[in-house]
Amino acid sequence: MQRIRLRYTKRGRLRFTSHRDFQRAFERALRRAEVPMAYSAGFTPHPKVSYANAAPTGTGSEAEYLEIALTERRDPEVLRRLLDESLPDGLDVVDAVEARTGGFAERLTASRWELRLDGVSPEEAGKAVEVFLAADSVEVQRQTKKGLRTFDTRAAVASLEAVPAGSDRPEGPPCAILRLVVRHQTPAVRPDDVLSGLRATADLAPPVPAAVTRLAQGPLDEETGTVTDPFAPDRDATAVATVPDVTA
Amino acid sequence: MPVESVFPRLEALLPHVQKPIQYVGGELNSTVKDWDACDVRWALMYPDAYEVGLPNQGVMILYEVLNEREGVLAERTYSVWPDLEKLMREHGVPQFTVDAHRPVGAFDVFGVSFSTELGYTNLLTALDLAGIPLEAKDRDDDHPVVVAGGHAAFNPEPIADYIDCAVIGDGEQAVLEITEIVRAWKAEGRPDGRDGLLLRLARTGGVYVPRFYDVEYLEDGRIARVVPNRSGVPWRVTKHTVMDLDEWPYPKKPLVPLAETVHERMSVEIFRGCTRGCRFCQAGMITRPVRERSITGIGEMVEKGLKNTGFEEVGLLSLSSADHSEIGDIAKGLADRYEDDKIGLSLPSTRVDAFNIDLANELTRNGRRSGLTFAPEGGSERIRKVINKMVSEDDLIRTVATAYGNGWRQVKLYFMCGLPTETDEDVLQIADMAGKVIAKGREVSGSNDIRCTVSIGGFVPKPHTPFQWAPQLSAEETDARLEKLREKIRADKRYGRSIGFRYHDGKPGIVEGLLSRGDRRVGDVIRAVYEAGGRFDGWREHFSYDLWMECAERALAPHGVDVDWYTTRERSYEEVLPWDHLDSGLDKDWLWEDWQDALDETEVEDCRWSPCFDCGVCPQMGTEIQVGPTGRKLLPLTVVDK
Repeated sequence: MQRIRLRYTKRGRLRFTSHRDFQRAFERALRRAEVPMAYSAGFTPHPKVSYANAAPTGTGSEAEYLEIALTERRDPEVLRRLLDESLPDGLDVVDAVEARTGGFAERLTASRWELRLDGVSPEEAGKAVEVFLAADSVEVQRQTKKGLRTFDTRAAVASLEAVPAGSDRPEGPPCAILRLVVRHQTPAVRPDDVLSGLRATADLAPPVPAAVTRLAQGPLDEETGTVTDPFAPDRDATAVATVPDVTA
Repeated sequence: MPVESVFPRLEALLPHVQKPIQYVGGELNSTVKDWDACDVRWALMYPDAYEVGLPNQGVMILYEVLNEREGVLAERTYSVWPDLEKLMREHGVPQFTVDAHRPVGAFDVFGVSFSTELGYTNLLTALDLAGIPLEAKDRDDDHPVVVAGGHAAFNPEPIADYIDCAVIGDGEQAVLEITEIVRAWKAEGRPDGRDGLLLRLARTGGVYVPRFYDVEYLEDGRIARVVPNRSGVPWRVTKHTVMDLDEWPYPKKPLVPLAETVHERMSVEIFRGCTRGCRFCQAGMITRPVRERSITGIGEMVEKGLKNTGFEEVGLLSLSSADHSEIGDIAKGLADRYEDDKIGLSLPSTRVDAFNIDLANELTRNGRRSGLTFAPEGGSERIRKVINKMVSEDDLIRTVATAYGNGWRQVKLYFMCGLPTETDEDVLQIADMAGKVIAKGREVSGSNDIRCTVSIGGFVPKPHTPFQWAPQLSAEETDARLEKLREKIRADKRYGRSIGFRYHDGKPGIVEGLLSRGDRRVGDVIRAVYEAGGRFDGWREHFSYDLWMECAERALAPHGVDVDWYTTRERSYEEVLPWDHLDSGLDKDWLWEDWQDALDETEVEDCRWSPCFDCGVCPQMGTEIQVGPTGRKLLPLTVVDK
């Protein structure tokens, strides 16, 4: 059995796809693309797909991950292209690697996010970020399935900065971009929790909902504060495995 | 005039609503065409939530038929839930299509498909959100022509003020004919404005324009007559019938939504029409004659459809699927083809017939045999003769014995309550029947783990059926009768605990009855309910019986009629019915004779296997029954090298 890991996106209007919606769409794409899927045993066999850390509905993402199990070997890149064509535009399969290592889900320890705050000036956002980072803890509340929960958001934030939006609309209304790296922990701290934290500590109240996009997911390099490629160990292992073939 | 997408404005609202995915479009196999490259543009609506409307075959077929034509564009729109409606009103976002998010008001034609009358308030919501005046008489040349279709359109009188026209029967060719008329009218510079276009449509004889007909009433509230008020407008408007289904293999590329919908499967219509002659069944009366798709046509649609969608279940649709002349070969052929592909096959709408167990076995070769559904419809032998559902209790017991013997564990039985001439005794016999089913099941399977679920809906008399003259049972009597049945099942010590009981209370049926057999005066009720906030009347959590009754009392009082007058009142032979000028092909005298036969408990055969009994459809419409067998078989699909 071959296992292949894929990175996919939720772009544009398809960011409103819920995780359940995506699962259905993906399993249908597997059928259309005639991927030789391995199935679970039992009365109602399901194709073997494992999903990791799905982004919330309404949030864009450049870095969602899943793993599939095949009964016949396929070239990861060929498979990636086939699935990408089979899925609607916006749900794009952008990277693939054969699984050579274990513990993939545990490797996804942090996410890098971008939050676009229309109607907020970069200065205002910058001040709020300073106040937030200076705090030891920033408690927020969120309605969860288990009721209203209170938790700290500050400790989960590995880095946060405010920058001006690019020069795409120089004459337009003010717009700030927040760059955020959050550690994955329990209870999960989501970008909107950090926004709640900014509101609680520094009265930052964007006039329109923030456009939130996950840019990366993977191991957190604590020294640089960056999120690195979770496929790197698989790629390294693949490179080592193929060396003899190249020299032969 | 440039037409802009409303999506940027809608997008800002979506984070605040439930299931935003239903509003964003982008379904697999959906089509967005260049607005400026098309000269006739249709907005197609199913007036219910996306999750119900998207799988609707009628809309899906017309969407594809229209988009295949050069210069023609069709987009879809569905009812928005109240949470989004509120935000759209606050932010001035109009009713939009999900394909390119264009405002519905910008299209030439706004086609709305009504499977049920309970979508009428949703029509008014959509018109208002679209910025289209609610009443047709207030619209000008720039507003879309609002066309109603679907089964409910066979009596469009309750919505006559709100639609510009109605088309009855099959839509495939009708939408193309309308398209050509709209195109010519636009190309000529819109001569005589909106009226000019509607007159051209009306004069075809196949498009009903309510405002070209005056309704005159008698003093007692009944209709005196319905008269055309323009020259060249026909006295009666005829239904459309597509012949040769193999020529119309739609949908070829069924839409695959991202959102979850009520039918997560691909549907292939294996035949259209039904001549079983069940007297309560409007669909079986208005879709005559029977036209089969050939076994090879079906095989091709299944194959291509699966390739284009990735669905894992195929439903073989029709009004009585086991009646296809080659259903055995179809079921075996498809089961053979897809045995290894984990594709599920389902056959809804089957008869009580042991042959159907063979079919069901074929379709579940590898799967679990959980539940089988049969619809005896009536609890007593007598009432089944009244409704012409020719099933004897012996048939049923023999059928379920075969089912349980083949490993099926549960049988579901569908019935109706409130059928003409029905007494408590007819309904109470349902409990006896269910008990016998359980007893037989225990005997055959040797197990006590046998279940039978009884599911009952209230009967609503429908236009163009032999029961169109019948009194509807009141909500109170319906509820009382069902309560007695529930008590009887509960009191049955031997079998009661193995019998499940599901029923609907009688109230929604009364509103459906008012709208089904209503006339133009009922339009005021619909508008009053809409204005008081009535929406999504097909949904228990949104439907309000009290609101409907309050509004009906106020709106109907000036006319000297009331809800009972429309529902529980029996009609006489002489009465002009509100839909008499809409020609379904059925001869009114034949319908009356069949109504009399019902009262005499006399059954009528199916004309596919017996001589014609002169219902009138074939000669009137110039159509004929198209059934096999063709004698062909489904060959195994050749394995293509990957």
